[in-house]
Amino acid sequence: MNLQRFLSILSARNKEFLRDYSAMGWNFAFPVLVVLGFSFAFSGKGQDLFKVAVVGEPTQEIAAQFLQLNYVQRVAKPAAELEDTLLKLKRHQVDFVIAAGQTPEKVSYWLNESSPKGYLLEKLLLGSVAESSRTQVAKGTVQGKEIRYVDWLISGLLAMNMMFSALFGVGYTIVRYRKTGFLKRLKATPLTPFEFLMAQIFSRLWLLVGSTVIIYVGCHWLVNFTMLGSYLDLFVVLVAGALCLISVGLVVAAAIRSEEFAGGVLNLLTWPMMFLSGVWFSLEGSPDWVLKTAQLFPLTHVIDAARSIMTEGATLAQVLPHVGALAAMTVVCLSIGAAVFRWE
Amino acid sequence: MTQPQVILEVRNLKKSFPRVQAVDGVSFQIPAGRCFGLLGPNGAGKTTTIEMIEGITRPDSGELLFKGKPIDSSFKSQAGIQFQATSLQECLSVRETVEMFANLYDKQADLEELYRLCDMGEFLDREALKVSGGQRQRMLLAVALANDPEILFLDEPTTGLDPQARRQFWDLIEKLKARGKTIVLTTHYMEEAYALCDEIAIMDHGKIIARGAPDQLLRQYFDTVTLVLPPGGPALAPEVRNLAKEILDRPDGLEIRTSQVNQTLQALIASQLDLSKLQVRSSTLEDLFLHLTGKELRES
Repeated sequence: MNLQRFLSILSARNKEFLRDYSAMGWNFAFPVLVVLGFSFAFSGKGQDLFKVAVVGEPTQEIAAQFLQLNYVQRVAKPAAELEDTLLKLKRHQVDFVIAAGQTPEKVSYWLNESSPKGYLLEKLLLGSVAESSRTQVAKGTVQGKEIRYVDWLISGLLAMNMMFSALFGVGYTIVRYRKTGFLKRLKATPLTPFEFLMAQIFSRLWLLVGSTVIIYVGCHWLVNFTMLGSYLDLFVVLVAGALCLISVGLVVAAAIRSEEFAGGVLNLLTWPMMFLSGVWFSLEGSPDWVLKTAQLFPLTHVIDAARSIMTEGATLAQVLPHVGALAAMTVVCLSIGAAVFRWE
Repeated sequence: MTQPQVILEVRNLKKSFPRVQAVDGVSFQIPAGRCFGLLGPNGAGKTTTIEMIEGITRPDSGELLFKGKPIDSSFKSQAGIQFQATSLQECLSVRETVEMFANLYDKQADLEELYRLCDMGEFLDREALKVSGGQRQRMLLAVALANDPEILFLDEPTTGLDPQARRQFWDLIEKLKARGKTIVLTTHYMEEAYALCDEIAIMDHGKIIARGAPDQLLRQYFDTVTLVLPPGGPALAPEVRNLAKEILDRPDGLEIRTSQVNQTLQALIASQLDLSKLQVRSSTLEDLFLHLTGKELRES
């Protein structure tokens, strides 16, 4: 690889992009607008329902009245999932947890100290328990900030924006170069396909990372979302994701000559990813085939990893399977893209 | 004067595309420092021929030798290439475009000098995609010269230019010839080939049908002068017909080819025709093409 040739193409591509103000503006404005829209839409009080997780079978003698209250949604969980359920309580995904106590006649409950709903539910529970039985009830608490929809959504939006920018920015651009004959002109120079493709990848990579950082900071300022994990871990995940999505774009662009056809293929790739990678809603509880298909999408891995880091404080080691999947997909796509690349 | 060394040699080059034999056994040699013209109508195989030399299109068979050795990938760094149609990157200035291409080569021309040579001063900082046709061709020529090549390929460089821009481009080619660059030019303008080329090869249907220096070719095929009478005049006297080698009734006039100009003119005067619109011209490459292929260059 000749560095001078690589840098020449890289710098020309950077200038071309940075001077195309409308495209660049859209790249930054779109995700911020979406986040703004959602933060307004979900800034209200949310659902007025109380969500109580009932773990195992707490004795009916004490809890019967409480468990039959109106406007309380009850979610049954097996006794073995107590830990999981408490984690959900921590993240405000349930408001209150009630479970069998250490002996069958006892009852335990947990609430999140930062949740007003938990406070009310505790009062309701204690109010419904006879004075004589109060000693049979044990209290536990957890602490944790509420994870709002916006907190959950932000990783999906960052990744989705990266996907569009990577696939269309790389795929479409190279197909346009080919269609107009610019690639043919480059073929007449000593430039190699590898140098050309590397320049395209790096030009888009710094742009994606740069725009993602700006969007991240901008959205954080606007809606102050939760970030529990390490910034470095998140950065690694986003770079791995960007590389993988750019390589997918390169495969599309490797040999297609028509912009219309490329547009069709790119839409065919982006739309399923947008809906089946968990950008907007959790895939939990979806049919098995959906979950399996989603594992084939790079976007799923980017979002799952970034979301775990941001909302659960996961470490890089914990999301390593996702990063590994992204790296593997990158290698496969780059190999295919380089092998079938055509100047003309 | 010693014969200059052959810089490029093409031997029996062939290329077919589905349903058409684009190039069918083309051979020629180009001496260093000469301007070689490939002439022919659209579809004659000129572009395919030079794109095979440039390494853009793979030949089906044949040999390509540069300085006596088979052409390999290093040829790209020694050749300057201007395609018939080239698109460039958007939003880059003329200067940035030339610099970008120059940086793809280890050996680079002195760019400031190149800008002066191609007379690009007034539009160097304009956006490359927004300059006029003539400026664009001069910029593309500068791109082709960015690596200070020994041999330059120009594929129909003046097609679509207005006459003034075309003249300006020709002057530029003359300057390059004076610097000793070898130039391979394709064109379907016969006057361009006549003005610029030391040697030409006329192509039709993928084959070279005539080759030589323009004047030599004309002498070889024509020892005649053409007298042109306006169309729609009365019939020619038998004396005139007897003196003519060839008479062509063409839309723009009645052409009489003769090697006996004085006698023919006297016969015309004797037949009392109105000669106030008579034109006398020597044969051109257009006539040669017509003579060789039986068809007009532009129509075919």
